Amino acid sequence: MNKKILLISRQAPYGTSTAREAIDIALAASVYDQDIGILFMDDGVFQLLKSQQSQNIDQKNIASILPALALYGIENIYVHQESLDARTIRTNELVLDDLQLLNNKDVGQLLSQQDQLMSF
Amino acid sequence: MSTLHTINKSPFANNTLFSCLKICTESDGVLLLEDGVFGTITSAPGADELQLLIQRGVKVFALINDIKARGLEEKLAPNIEPIDYNTFVQLTLDHRCVQSWY
Repeated sequence: MNKKILLISRQAPYGTSTAREAIDIALAASVYDQDIGILFMDDGVFQLLKSQQSQNIDQKNIASILPALALYGIENIYVHQESLDARTIRTNELVLDDLQLLNNKDVGQLLSQQDQLMSF
Repeated sequence: MSTLHTINKSPFANNTLFSCLKICTESDGVLLLEDGVFGTITSAPGADELQLLIQRGVKVFALINDIKARGLEEKLAPNIEPIDYNTFVQLTLDHRCVQSWY
């Protein structure tokens, strides 16, 4: 039975490996045909900036990995609008363009529809 | 009931409580544990928001062992329900999902 699983990614990239781990788990789980969604909120929205040049710190660019989500069939990619606003990030600065922007109430509803939450 | 939100960071040092409070809905529960119990005292950042949520029907719990360990039992804000470990386990069963705001 497929479970509805939502990964909630709330940490900035590079400072810790948490952000990368969430994406790796999303990609791995999708191979097993799970119903995966991923929500970026709080500092997690910094992962979405297309201006990232992580070669300067010898790390793999998160922004270059994110397009793989769609290739792996993960279409439910959500972003918390207020987290973007608080960091003055506009949607045209984001590396993905098929994102679903959610307000506070939408996020609450999204969480209540899941069978399993994973927090990163 | 839908989601049980657990907070284990002090609201004096961390924004996780606020992230949770923004998105939680009336049928949800919020459990403060570990350093999260510093959020139970009336002077804590977010204390007013917490009381507003309680008025809206959100249930707020705090792990009594962590409250006692930190000497906060006398400072507990009203309408926050102190619970033990067994009740914690029961809460995880009563809710559909658990979201850990670590």
